[in-house]
Amino acid sequence: MSDVSGPALLELSGISKAFGGVQALRDVDFTLRAGEIHGLVGENGAGKSTLMKIIAGAHADYAGEMRIDGEPAHFRSSRDALSAGIGMVHQELSVAPDLSVAENVFLGMQPMTRLGAIAWREMYHAAARQLHNLGLDIDPRARLGAFPIGIQQLVELSRVLFSGARIIILDEPTSALSPPEIARLFEVLRKLKEGGRSIIFISHFLEDILKISDEITIFRNGRKIVTAPVTPATDKAWIIERMIGSGREDLEESYLGEIRLDSRPDAPVVLEAEGLSLAPAYRDVSLKVRAGEVLGIYGFMGCGQLELARTLFGKMHADRGTLRLQDRPVRLANTAAAKRAGIAFVPESRRSMLFAEEPVYKNVSISILERLSRLLLKPEAERRLAGEQVKALGIRPPSVEARLGALSGGNQQKVALAKWLTYTPRVLVLSEPTRGMDVGAKEDVVKIVRGLRDQSIGILVVSTEPETVLSLADRVLVMKKGGIAREFAGEAISKDRLLAAA
Amino acid sequence: MDAGSVDVERPPASVRWSNWLRNQLRNIAPFITLLFLVLFFSIASPTFATVGNLANILQQVSVTAIIAVGLTFVILTAEIDLSVAAIANATAIVLTFFTLQPDYVNITNVPLVGVLAILLALASCFVLGLVTAFGVTRIGIPSFIMTLAMMQIGAGISAVLVRGQIAYTVPDLILTLGSKSIAGIPWIIIVAALFLLASHLVLTYTRFGRYVYMVGGNREAAEYSGVNVRLIIGSVMVISAVCSGVAGMLGVAYFGSAQQNEFDTFLLDAIAAVVVGGTSLFGGRGGIGNTIVGLFVLGVLNNGLDYVKIDSFLKVLIRGLILLAALIINIYAERLRTAQTAASKS
Repeated sequence: MSDVSGPALLELSGISKAFGGVQALRDVDFTLRAGEIHGLVGENGAGKSTLMKIIAGAHADYAGEMRIDGEPAHFRSSRDALSAGIGMVHQELSVAPDLSVAENVFLGMQPMTRLGAIAWREMYHAAARQLHNLGLDIDPRARLGAFPIGIQQLVELSRVLFSGARIIILDEPTSALSPPEIARLFEVLRKLKEGGRSIIFISHFLEDILKISDEITIFRNGRKIVTAPVTPATDKAWIIERMIGSGREDLEESYLGEIRLDSRPDAPVVLEAEGLSLAPAYRDVSLKVRAGEVLGIYGFMGCGQLELARTLFGKMHADRGTLRLQDRPVRLANTAAAKRAGIAFVPESRRSMLFAEEPVYKNVSISILERLSRLLLKPEAERRLAGEQVKALGIRPPSVEARLGALSGGNQQKVALAKWLTYTPRVLVLSEPTRGMDVGAKEDVVKIVRGLRDQSIGILVVSTEPETVLSLADRVLVMKKGGIAREFAGEAISKDRLLAAA
Repeated sequence: MDAGSVDVERPPASVRWSNWLRNQLRNIAPFITLLFLVLFFSIASPTFATVGNLANILQQVSVTAIIAVGLTFVILTAEIDLSVAAIANATAIVLTFFTLQPDYVNITNVPLVGVLAILLALASCFVLGLVTAFGVTRIGIPSFIMTLAMMQIGAGISAVLVRGQIAYTVPDLILTLGSKSIAGIPWIIIVAALFLLASHLVLTYTRFGRYVYMVGGNREAAEYSGVNVRLIIGSVMVISAVCSGVAGMLGVAYFGSAQQNEFDTFLLDAIAAVVVGGTSLFGGRGGIGNTIVGLFVLGVLNNGLDYVKIDSFLKVLIRGLILLAALIINIYAERLRTAQTAASKS
């Protein structure tokens, strides 16, 4: 695993890239050798995906230089990159579920007959052969959507793996795969490596990175921190230390220092889930939320936490398992039923919870209308309640008549919270409550959530950002690939321990 | 605003004026169209702008108005109902099927007391609405396709019951409301006005009305706010079917007969009235006020084209062009708003 000596195939030097005012990459150098597997790690927003998109031609506008085989290259599109032998598999599954397996393997490059028609027979044979190499013996004529996500992901991988690309970039390829599927994928990757291909492997799963990579590069805050060969001495702790960093610039945000979790084992349980499963998102999830505590659920993107949060609000429905509210079993047929049961939910995307065209007060009152009126609306009461919230949460501009779309992102987020604060829910589920907020707005949200906790509301905070969970939670569950991997309660916790558990 | 609060910068007057104009485009454009049409026909024909003709126009749009009331609810939730005319027709024919017809009408029907016939007709459009609601909200068929199927089902019910014949008799109550007048005012205008008024009150002052707007404005957000979105959409489909049914019954009395395909032109007219009036096809914007302006535009256009001597075949084309123009304005108004929202965020 340590033959780090091949010639440089791809060389990047001084790469910088900004989106609007945000610097995503600062002066990054990166070298990829022929016949190596190169692992890329870093937190969300550290810049690894941006760099890969530059290599794969998805971002044409950047500063710095790229060389392939010593020749300068600048790709304008992913088609450019592909013709130079660079293929990328993105994190989000991009298959056509209603087409056959073979059509998905050859999407956009189907073999043709001399008459210009698709050579179906040839295509089926080739697809079967390629998938067999991946250890997949499935009918290439079958509809892809009929297979589990893991298989679909392998089929998508095979599209790029066998396209003849010399450089293959894989963004989180293992997040939906089971251990045997991962083993199979790794086998293929090693075979490709022996064939002289180079592979860049991005993953949050450090075990996977360590198992497959010859070299790793660590990113933090848009900078490359280090590139190092993987040796037996390289372990998770070593990587996490460098991912989080201890520089002065991010000390206050890093939670390197330990926090004591303060759990309340004697408070009454308000919400209890037992053995909840929803294929393929999550399985066998059991959890308890107590009155007056904040339960944090941390996990990487795609570990099933978003679906779990939606299940608790009746938007999605579990295949198996039971849900109890204050010791009574409940079935949440829809979101209206969940609201009646006293559950409130703020989804991660502002677009999906707010009415941009409507004034602030209608946005606030929508979830409490049936408490305000049976038949006729009471606009004055709506304005008054909304006004109280606008004042309490410090929403700017301080007007209930302002069109919501005209507010800044942070203020919109506060309106989304305000919707549920005009009455006291029993359980509040927050998904990514501080995503995309500036520091000031984040602090405001922390204060609001703490205030609610002190009113004995049971709060669930679901996030992919360690800081969010650490700054809010009294107890933390770590989710990993759809299951609960660990619980932190009544003990000291720090960011590196949280990351190590996920 | 107190001294400690952030000073919200007010944009210059010209910007505010143009913003207001953009926001109101969907409300202003139909009004200008209406003024323009009235002006045009008044100049083109000296007999157009008379009180008598105004009464004519009102009477002519009444059936369309009742259908358009239901459609306004549907379009506000960003759905569509293509079955309105067929359901109007089917309900009308169910009504005549349960009413004693003259000897020369060769239908084997089941004559009942008038009230019972009316109730059965109402029940039939209600049930048809429920079927649509079930298909759209429970099975998940897009309303466009579901109501297309219901359009065929409505036409099928009409065909089976009337078998190519024409029925003439309706119960007295319907005959009065559809074709008689009180104090010189046709009942049908009063009924249409009451439907418009009631639905305006429902949409503006009730919780249900608010939900209709919110579901249309952002369905996902409504669901995440704990609104029973399926119930709201199901309800508007039923409301639409019942409005169509009532319009169908009164229409029979107004026309004096019931037959297959009698209401076909009302589908386009009703949709046109709602959309020309400026209710957004994307839901959440517009309302009964818009629909009323749209009805006037359509009524004046249909009526006015009879006053100026135009080739009757050309009239269809002109109506199509007007509808196209309204659609363009509708989409354009939406785009202006979105652009403005995006601009104010950055």
